[in-house]
Amino acid sequence: MIRLVQAPFDPGEALGEFCRDRTETGAVASFTGLARAENGRTDILELEAYPGFTEREIARHEAAARERFGLQDTLILHRTGPISPGEAIVFVAAAAPHRRAAFEACDFLMDYLKSRAPFWKKETGPDGARWIEPTERDRDDLARWETQ
Amino acid sequence: MLLFGRLADLAGWREREIPAASLAALRGVLAAEDPALFEALQAPAVRTAVDQALVTLDVALRSDSEVAFLPPMSGG
Repeated sequence: MIRLVQAPFDPGEALGEFCRDRTETGAVASFTGLARAENGRTDILELEAYPGFTEREIARHEAAARERFGLQDTLILHRTGPISPGEAIVFVAAAAPHRRAAFEACDFLMDYLKSRAPFWKKETGPDGARWIEPTERDRDDLARWETQ
Repeated sequence: MLLFGRLADLAGWREREIPAASLAALRGVLAAEDPALFEALQAPAVRTAVDQALVTLDVALRSDSEVAFLPPMSGG
């Protein structure tokens, strides 16, 4: 499931809820991405989504991850709007019978979210505002999954 | 028509109604009105969606079609 959220969320609470009542899941892996202050260069991060389109595109990749790694369940929470340093931007969790699939699915989903998911990210700080686009590193990370 | 990310900053607007019978015609209107925006929309990294589906070629538009121009995306 993918949920876009406007307000700050507690990743610990999200993980607790995701783990609840699972009697056939041997492994839950999760990843939480936090907004960085970049040593004072960033006061606020703003995430823009294309409502409807963004959720559907992410859901497609979520379905691909479930099939590829044989997952039982996935959860993606992604903030939109203004985000302060230290707040969680993204939370990804994957449930599988065994650990390897759960670890790899989080890695795969995060590589996708970083460089392909329909979000636009702007950092504002003392030096003004700048749009953040995927780096070479992000693209290389994503390419790892295409050759396997 | 919708603009996202840096394209909206460049144009100074995010959403407008523009009468056009096709994507090519819409680009023509923009070329006459705002050459800098038109130029930015031509970049290979900018993707185009019509009614929330990505398109790569010219397509016909209806009066209620939603066209969105999407600059490079980055989440997380």
